[in-house]
Amino acid sequence: MRIRRTCLTLVPLFMVLLGAVRAQPVDATGDGALAPLLTSLSTADYSEKRDLIKQLSALHDPRVRAVLQSLLDGSLYARTADGRVFLTTEDGDSLNLTDALTSAAAGRAPAADFSLIGVNNQLRKALRVALAQFDLSSPDRAKRLSAVAEMLRGLDEESIAVLRQSMRVEKDAAVRREMQVGLALVDLDGSDVDRRLAAVGEVSQSLDPNVFNRLSALLQPKADGGFSEPDPRVRAAAQAALRGIERRRSFYAGIQTLLYGLSQGSVLVLAAVGLAITFGVMGVINMAHGELMMLGAYTTYVVQLLMPNHIGASILVALPCAFAVSGLVGVAIERGIVRRLYGRPLETLLATFGVSLILQQAVRDIFTANNRPVVTPEWLAGSLQINEVLSLTYNRIYIIGFTLALFLLLLLVLRKTRLGLEVRAVSQNRAMAKAMGVRTEWVDAMTFGLGSGIAGVAGVALSQLTNVGPNLGQSYIVDSFMVVVFGGVGNLWGTELGGNALGVVNKLLEPYSGAVLAKIFVLIFLILFIQRRPRGLFPQKGRAADG
Amino acid sequence: MVKPAYLEALRTDRGGRIFLGMLVAAALIVPALNLLPGENSALHLSSYTMTLLAKYMTYAMLAIAVDLIWGYCGILSLGHGAFFALGGYAMGMYLMRQIGTRGVYGNPVLPDFMVFLNWTELPWFWHGFNSFPFALLMMLLVPGLLALVFGFLAFRSRVSGVYLSIITQALTYALMLAFFRNDMGFGGNNGFTDFKDIVGFSLQSPYVRAALFLITVAALGASYIICRVVTASRAGRVIQAIRDSENRARFMGYKVESYKLWVFVLSALLAGVAGALYVPQIGIINPGEFSPSNSIEIVIWVAIGGRGTLYGAVIGAFLVNYAKTYFTAALPSMWLYALGALFVGVTLFLPQGVVGLLAMRRVGRSKEA
Repeated sequence: MRIRRTCLTLVPLFMVLLGAVRAQPVDATGDGALAPLLTSLSTADYSEKRDLIKQLSALHDPRVRAVLQSLLDGSLYARTADGRVFLTTEDGDSLNLTDALTSAAAGRAPAADFSLIGVNNQLRKALRVALAQFDLSSPDRAKRLSAVAEMLRGLDEESIAVLRQSMRVEKDAAVRREMQVGLALVDLDGSDVDRRLAAVGEVSQSLDPNVFNRLSALLQPKADGGFSEPDPRVRAAAQAALRGIERRRSFYAGIQTLLYGLSQGSVLVLAAVGLAITFGVMGVINMAHGELMMLGAYTTYVVQLLMPNHIGASILVALPCAFAVSGLVGVAIERGIVRRLYGRPLETLLATFGVSLILQQAVRDIFTANNRPVVTPEWLAGSLQINEVLSLTYNRIYIIGFTLALFLLLLLVLRKTRLGLEVRAVSQNRAMAKAMGVRTEWVDAMTFGLGSGIAGVAGVALSQLTNVGPNLGQSYIVDSFMVVVFGGVGNLWGTELGGNALGVVNKLLEPYSGAVLAKIFVLIFLILFIQRRPRGLFPQKGRAADG
Repeated sequence: MVKPAYLEALRTDRGGRIFLGMLVAAALIVPALNLLPGENSALHLSSYTMTLLAKYMTYAMLAIAVDLIWGYCGILSLGHGAFFALGGYAMGMYLMRQIGTRGVYGNPVLPDFMVFLNWTELPWFWHGFNSFPFALLMMLLVPGLLALVFGFLAFRSRVSGVYLSIITQALTYALMLAFFRNDMGFGGNNGFTDFKDIVGFSLQSPYVRAALFLITVAALGASYIICRVVTASRAGRVIQAIRDSENRARFMGYKVESYKLWVFVLSALLAGVAGALYVPQIGIINPGEFSPSNSIEIVIWVAIGGRGTLYGAVIGAFLVNYAKTYFTAALPSMWLYALGALFVGVTLFLPQGVVGLLAMRRVGRSKEA
């Protein structure tokens, strides 16, 4: 209660302060310092402008930032009649004016009455540095970071001084590190050996490619037999720092490969996990499995068509829809075809392949043969930059998490629900289960529906990763069968581990052999693996001679 | 007096005798109708039709090869298109070397696509393919060796049933990916085309085409007889026993693995020859031939015709491919529906295929009589 009251009294106080801060420079300096500088800017030549820009930024007046930005953008004009300077936006033949001094809108005027205050490349560079100095005190962390990066690109004594000063007041560790590294790189050029040595120590933790290049440059031999770094101690320190950087670089690169592999493996698992139910648990080869994924992807497309203003939520809506669509089609396939072919796996394979052809052509007739655009919602786009070496796109992270969640959910269904119990009973001994009163027909339909529905859900995820077209399913079918067989039929854990292992192996091979060859190697490996262990990584235990 | 094995085998094979009779008739009539009457005569058979028939016959050979292992030995290979394509590629390599300086770039040694890729010399595996006997040998050796190695590994470790189907599919898929690569030296996704000569004769000449047709007829007939002899032999009985119960055959002391291996290799050889005959007549070979769906289609030919009969495979290959030719021209979007419905319908309602249907009618009639 008391805290809230305090807050309530604080708020108006705060607002008053804020207002004062905002109003203050205008009142304090008035137009006194700014006005003459602006006027002379309109008539100065390039070298004079350079000085003027320095003087302007030395004012620390917030109005100056807008002026400098406008100058950089080429939208700062001076009125020919009286030399008064305006920030402008173009509007046909006329200009929308904002007075540079008062920051007030000043109406529209024909462009012919004004002359542009021009800049050259050198000035642009100076302007960028000046703007960056302004941004160094911005409350926005990202702005400060990019300001530091901008300043480090073109350092002179003055900006070094500015950097040193703002480093002292900088609160954010990451921004301060950037500044530190940048300044240390400056020190590397200095004549003081101890400072150079300290600088090497400072930068040795950085993964910035700039640092790497500078340090390796120190060790470059020169034409006269010496090195660009004369002092052997500094050279030794640089060498050690480089080794450390290399080590950490390859460590992070390794993590990146691992995560990429896991995400690719997750896609495989996603494609295979539904199959692990229909094939693994029921022993039914469903060649239309890929097309059930395709249906899930198209469902996403349709859902997005239906709710174009809520793309962010569309994926979440699409998940249950896709489960329903693919699940129902799956149940229909089971009731119509698979049921009549139990015990004849090869015939089931052929019949469901026929279904896959029909589904493909149906999609082609309804949605045309072209790929359909599925929008990626914002929360799935972008990437997570952990450091200079390691960055991960969000969809990769999500796909790993999503697959894991789906897998655990499925495991839960099979282990903890009544349906799961019945499914396992039927898959172990159909006749006995029937004798115990399990409705095997119903269980078959539900199991097949579950596996198919999972395929649909996988399709929603795939719609974010690949093209949604009639051939989407075909490109996954061989892979997903291989994953199930590799992991061990009838074993969900096998599918999960097998898929991820294959994904990682694939990514590990890729840099050496290229993507296609890596895939071929993995296929050959699998073919050979099945020779060694025909029942996969985790075979089902049993005594039957005929499997 | 002991009759030759093939006569003995054909004695009880009424369907086979009819089929071989039809083949002989086709060999006599088709080239004659193509060559003798003038272009405008009502009796004239166009070269297109003759080539189409030849194409169906190479497919029929392929179907017989699949029927031999699936219908008689229970091995469902979903990768037989790979052996067909390998035979075809071996022939294609020979034909590419025969183009000589008539290619677009006029390089006497390198085929066009290699010049295009800035290669300076022939890769080692292309050497020898300018000789026809060597190419013939390769057409048999490459598919045969692949089948031998693959089959040896697979059957020895008792990979069977759907597992075998899936890894044969993976095999052809891997080969397809490999052949799509330009670096492999097999022309990438364009494959080989623009052939000019075969053993010194122009492929455009109607007489060469007729000769190729006759060779195809002979090869189809020979494949049929070979398979019939094999299936009617003692070994053939063992093979069928393996199909019906692999473990029982094994327990009775038969070396199941070797029987399966040899029949698999024989089947791959036939598929390779079929591919080698296909390429010069159709005039193109590309990695699409390796695609897994092609291989599955072969299986449906056999299933529709009726498996385990050999001539059923031929009927199926002709029926489905004729339907494909018709549909893709007249109603292109209907073809996949029709093919899909065939897959479903045949497995559900016609487990014995067309041949089974005919046999049932015959049984019905004899009962009425």
